[in-house]
Amino acid sequence: MNFDFSDDLKLLREQARKFLSEKSSPKSVRKILEGAAPYDAELWRGVAGMGWLGAAVPETYGGAALGYDGLCVLAEEMGHALAPIPFSSSIYLASEAILVAGTEAQKRTHLPKLVTGERIGTLAFAEGAGNPDAVRVQAHVANGKLSGTKLPVADGEIADFAVVAADGTGKASLYLVDLRDPGVTKTSLKSLDPTRNQAKLVFRDVPAEPLGPAGQGLDLIQALLDRAAVLIAFEQVGGAQACLEMARTYATERYAFGRPIGSFQAIKHKLADVYVATELARSNAYYGAWALSTSAAELPIAAAAARVSATDAFHLASKENVQTHGGMGFTWEADCHLYYRRAKLLATAIGTAPYWKDRLISELERRNAP
Amino acid sequence: MDFEDTPEEAAFRAEVRAFLDRNAERKSEAKSFHRGRYIPEHNIPETVRAAKQWQAKKADAGFAGITWPRQWGGRGGTPVQQVIYGQEEQNYVVPRGVFEIGLGMCIPVLMVYGTPEHLERHVRPAMRGEEIWCQLFSEPSAGSDLAGLRTRAVRDGDDWVVNGQKIWTSGAHFSNYGILVTRTDPDVPKHAGLTFFFVDMKSPGIEVRRIKQISGGSNFNEVFFTDVRVPDSQRLGKVGDGWKVSITTLMTERLAVGDAPGPDFDDIFALARTLELDAGPAIRNPAVREKLADWYVKTQGLKYTKFRTMTALSRGETPGPEASITKLVSASKLQDIASYGIDLLGMAGAVMDPEVAPMQAWFQEALLYAPGLRIAGGSDEILRNIIAERVLGLPADIRIDKDVPFSQLKTGKR
Repeated sequence: MNFDFSDDLKLLREQARKFLSEKSSPKSVRKILEGAAPYDAELWRGVAGMGWLGAAVPETYGGAALGYDGLCVLAEEMGHALAPIPFSSSIYLASEAILVAGTEAQKRTHLPKLVTGERIGTLAFAEGAGNPDAVRVQAHVANGKLSGTKLPVADGEIADFAVVAADGTGKASLYLVDLRDPGVTKTSLKSLDPTRNQAKLVFRDVPAEPLGPAGQGLDLIQALLDRAAVLIAFEQVGGAQACLEMARTYATERYAFGRPIGSFQAIKHKLADVYVATELARSNAYYGAWALSTSAAELPIAAAAARVSATDAFHLASKENVQTHGGMGFTWEADCHLYYRRAKLLATAIGTAPYWKDRLISELERRNAP
Repeated sequence: MDFEDTPEEAAFRAEVRAFLDRNAERKSEAKSFHRGRYIPEHNIPETVRAAKQWQAKKADAGFAGITWPRQWGGRGGTPVQQVIYGQEEQNYVVPRGVFEIGLGMCIPVLMVYGTPEHLERHVRPAMRGEEIWCQLFSEPSAGSDLAGLRTRAVRDGDDWVVNGQKIWTSGAHFSNYGILVTRTDPDVPKHAGLTFFFVDMKSPGIEVRRIKQISGGSNFNEVFFTDVRVPDSQRLGKVGDGWKVSITTLMTERLAVGDAPGPDFDDIFALARTLELDAGPAIRNPAVREKLADWYVKTQGLKYTKFRTMTALSRGETPGPEASITKLVSASKLQDIASYGIDLLGMAGAVMDPEVAPMQAWFQEALLYAPGLRIAGGSDEILRNIIAERVLGLPADIRIDKDVPFSQLKTGKR
């Protein structure tokens, strides 16, 4: 039994924790929250400089080949530090789409630039309200040109290119689309978490290059979402852990009725519940990391379980962190809302809990056919 | 990351499986649904007899005292081997619920505080299932607040004379020995005045009365002590050190307590798939699916938390506090699953006739015994306190009775 990260990856985690505590401090996260920039470009360059954008990319394409468990470790730290960068969009979704579905030429063209951070990618799938299973793809490609509207697109304003789901042949397919093309109109949308950009993209006859087999767009997206679910679960676990640490510290320092509020069972039991939810989520995420890094057949189940568990834990941890801080927790100045916003943002990214719960049970039914 | 055993662990696992295959029925191959395998019926002498036979077989094969020293008949094995044995045994139909307290708590505390003569006399018979031990801790006015116990022990020559009452003592009615914590000095603060013993349950003056539980079963007892003489040679730890010895015992208890026994995710999943309602199988209902998913991730979360614990053990590390969450999560989950299983049956959920209710009324039975699991071995509230204080480092509760002599403490009507 070796159900833990290796010593090397534990060192990576320490390194990432130290790096991000300096470069992605609450103060710098707030610059994105309150400023005009849609992401922290300096942090992005720093993370690229550490080689982390290519953590799971093979060396052939310029990656660091740390493996998916290495990427999981980094994801947890990104979540812990609320890193205001398009790490998930460009790495978990765009790079992964190319790794999973791209031709050799597409990999050689795109991956090295994604690894250096020179180019930023994202996934453009949603077209309004609904979970991944309810998306009726209206965007379409005719004669190699894409037209349609995608909303919301995470990091859509920032990205140079997008992996777009569009109807080409009567069934959805994936396309690589350069967002710098004049036929693309980008509109930034007000985001629940302003430290993470959301945009609306309108395409009018934009050149679209097929990615992966025609007509298999929805299957490919599902495979991509499964992979991203594990990685985002680690971000959520990192966020939940950060909330627990904040609440714990506050509860030991804040006095009321002549004693630290952390000595009241109303607070102790609440935080014990947060701890339990976070540990269960962490254990489920570890199983997801195992399934992702070994390409196990169990990945769809492991990913959905990690996703459901982590979404629940981060939501609980972030709201109880606000509650533990009392009135101060409700202020703009306190950092609680940064996590509260991020928790819900990550809960919506790649589909909300009801979708993943349904997917989990569907996969369990499939694997345990009567 | 992997789930592979080391070569040594794999060899041990193979040995365990071979032993179990030879001597027990695999659950997956069990001919019919076997409710009794989960609900030990302690009031039936056959259960105790079967458990004793099974324990002797385990001991003969070297699987009874896996981590215990060879000197006392143990295997001298590792905690990982203990975990592996447990993982494998849970796949088989074997008698449970008779020896867990003795082997999980009583003998281990004897090993810390007992003399070589005690160990020579008691370890082997306990390990072989010839003698059963119970734990005489809780009292009518001292449950979660164990240190508030009142059973008095007064020194008289080479003996102590014990008077008082214990309660919730599982298996006292078939036990040969018990570990006992008593008050020997009421005029000092409560934690300081306790002393720990072990006692022969056949001693004159001990009376065991069965308690009937919500579920109708009677697994535990009240134990009355009237001028019971306990030799000072059966004292464990110093006079006044009883709290320290009790804590040692409770720490091993929390490691020993496993998942709550009863219907789990697989069972409610199976029920939801097979139960045909007007609109089709219950599992087609989105609300049902969401509930199932929640229980699945809790069940798996606990499973993989144990894998993390085992990894720490396997690396020779001391497991982290994550081990403490198992009972807290699984007891409530069991209660919820039992309740929802009944809800799925609709109006028929009220029937607990085993001939009529699905799975021989397992969900109904579990609903009735689940409350006990949230209380026994550290209530939900105590476990949350432990997590908050020992894991998160939050301040201890303010104890207004801390510096007050026990004899001057306020008491309530109950």
